[in-house]
Amino acid sequence: MKIRVERDTLADAVAWAARTLPSRPSLPVLAGLVLTASADGLTLSSFDYEVSARVLISADVEEPGTTLVSGRLLADIARSLPGAPVTLASEGTRIVITCGRSSFTLPTLPVEDYPQLPAMPKSSGEITAALFAEAVAQVAIAAGRDDTLPTLTGIRMEIEGQAITLAATDRYRLAVRNFTWAPQSSSLSMAALIPARTLAETAKALVNADHVTLALAEAGEGLIGFEGNGRRTTTRLLDGEFPKYRSLLPSESSGIATVETSVLTDAVKRVALVAERNTPVRLAFEGSEVILRAGTGEDAQANEAVESSLDGDDIEIAFNPTYLLDGLAALDAPFVRLSFTQPTRPAVLTGAADASSEMRDDYRYLLMPVRLTG
Amino acid sequence: MVSVSRNQVRRPTGGSGVGGDDSGCTILHVDMDAFFALVELRTRPELRGTPVIVGGGGSRGVVLSATYEARALGVHSAMPMSRARRLAPTATIITPHQSHYAEVSRAIMALFTSVTPFVEPLSLDEAFLDVSGSLRRLGAPRAIGEMIRARIHDEQGITCSVGVASTKFVAKLASTRAKPDGLMVVPADEVLAFLHPLPVGALWGVGDKTEEQLTRLGLRTVADLANTPVATLQRALGQAAGAHLHELAWGRDPRSVSAHVPDRSISAEHTFAADIDDAAIVHAQLLKLSDQVGTRLRGSGRQARSVHIKVRFADFSTITRSRTLRDSTDVTQELYTVARQLFDALGLQRARVRLVGVRADGLQESQGAAQQLLLGEPDHGRRDAEVAIDRLRARFGPDAVRAARLVDPEG
Repeated sequence: MKIRVERDTLADAVAWAARTLPSRPSLPVLAGLVLTASADGLTLSSFDYEVSARVLISADVEEPGTTLVSGRLLADIARSLPGAPVTLASEGTRIVITCGRSSFTLPTLPVEDYPQLPAMPKSSGEITAALFAEAVAQVAIAAGRDDTLPTLTGIRMEIEGQAITLAATDRYRLAVRNFTWAPQSSSLSMAALIPARTLAETAKALVNADHVTLALAEAGEGLIGFEGNGRRTTTRLLDGEFPKYRSLLPSESSGIATVETSVLTDAVKRVALVAERNTPVRLAFEGSEVILRAGTGEDAQANEAVESSLDGDDIEIAFNPTYLLDGLAALDAPFVRLSFTQPTRPAVLTGAADASSEMRDDYRYLLMPVRLTG
Repeated sequence: MVSVSRNQVRRPTGGSGVGGDDSGCTILHVDMDAFFALVELRTRPELRGTPVIVGGGGSRGVVLSATYEARALGVHSAMPMSRARRLAPTATIITPHQSHYAEVSRAIMALFTSVTPFVEPLSLDEAFLDVSGSLRRLGAPRAIGEMIRARIHDEQGITCSVGVASTKFVAKLASTRAKPDGLMVVPADEVLAFLHPLPVGALWGVGDKTEEQLTRLGLRTVADLANTPVATLQRALGQAAGAHLHELAWGRDPRSVSAHVPDRSISAEHTFAADIDDAAIVHAQLLKLSDQVGTRLRGSGRQARSVHIKVRFADFSTITRSRTLRDSTDVTQELYTVARQLFDALGLQRARVRLVGVRADGLQESQGAAQQLLLGEPDHGRRDAEVAIDRLRARFGPDAVRAARLVDPEG
């Protein structure tokens, strides 16, 4: 193999493909990146039996071929190369990378031992890349991180024709986002449970493409693929029954408060300074303000009043400040609407463009309060 | 009143030249002698002066306590009963009566708190007392120590040993030196003379492993430790431990007697009558142990932040595993779920298990603790059920309610 590529193109592509490299590979070859030079250009791919990534970049191919090199090392090198065209050339069991006046010689790994990447499933439709990245980020924040509850580390994706719903919950909060896309078939009806961390990274990495192609394999194959900008990735789906989250969304409320998001965020951050681990921030909504308090007894205490308009009954409710701040940040809206029923029942956060406009219900962040005992 | 035979009550003769001046020695360490064994002897006076071992039932139990006559034959606490029986074939074996010990312990602790409010119990049968505020009322530290010894002997019919010193760890060393049935004062200006000849293993916090490390460095006595640069100790033992041991070697121990030191952890363990290679039986035992730990947690109004398991195999090799919980809990069901996951994660292939243990750590008060609610959780959950079970057991006995899988189909 002998090829010549642009330095930035190579660095970006290597970074993308190396993103999913396992830090502790179950097989040594899985720490490698497969480089394939062909008439189409240079393909870089990685696979760890869960996630595969593949990217095709343009390259001057002098001599086609395939080789496997340490992905971590190649990524470090590609990132640090000077701004000049890069030549990659096989020499026996090694590969020589030359750029300007610097050159690196890397040992190669046995490419014949590398597992076959899963085939990309057939395209199911297209999503605007920026919308996809935003929606996934909004939902991923609520996904569980506890590997002993694997089902909750996933994002549930439900497709009904042109509507996609994403949902994730760690049982403390539930984030649900609805948006539309362009499916191949308007009668498409599918659901999948996708590892949240992988989906979030994928959506973020594809944000520069115009559109992301979503390729959901037929039921039973347990695979989903994403493609944009010549970059492809597949990931295994999670097994297990996602909680029946729709029944958790309250159908009514006894009060709705509207607060400027940035003002509330800053106030929560301030009073939370005295909230030690696992202690909540209390919010007392009444009339035209909400009083935030944290800290009790002989510990440090803080309180702050924030302007708020309340439609309905007064309420005092307490939240884990981190979860509350996660929700406020994920809303990405100038105003937040908090709707309540009881201090021991979930509150729903939705965004609004201004204090009086309709709430946007395409994103809902359901937050379970903290019960105060004693 | 029951009398104690003379060879059981060997009065100290001043002890290693340390004696007189007890001014400034306001910390007392009071430790019962062969506590369980001597409590048993109160009802079995005919056994006085003979080797007696208190230990768990069955062939697999361990020695909980032994009279000095049994100790003279090599028996010591935590030794497997089978071994103890071989060492002391003539010893009388008594199965433990925990409720008796708890009762005596309560009486002793009550006596301590009548001496000073600053009592720090270390276990059922030993405690630190800071008597600095009681001197005017009750006399010098030595006199207070003797008074405590006399009262415990008269009121409880058992003996104890008292160490009197200016720091906690020296007081503890002194009571050990005074055993059995003695009292030793280490005057403030004789602390170093007392400490430095001791082997490093005598210091509080130096276990087998640390001792081995120190021996490898050629440090055998406390004097060796004291004369080693603190940086060298820190390299060998780590920052905190190195500095701490160096301080101790110079007789410096800033820890005060804190009246209320709640248990740092609550644990329960079980040795199987025969080695077990059936995971289902281990699971059932983990449930039982989790239940004991959970019940004690709820009873003491505390919650655990982490769950630990201990597994000892047939060859006595022992491993521990732990997990920190997202939220503190006092719910048996949650403790068990984690304990079982930790056990299953070991991936044992029919390994023969001798003992399993469950420990709850990172304890904090439940009262006032905020409870993060879960989506979709019923208003009355598992915890309410377990609290109800606690009440039923308090009223109708410990077997009133049991997990179905722990009910013996034969019984």
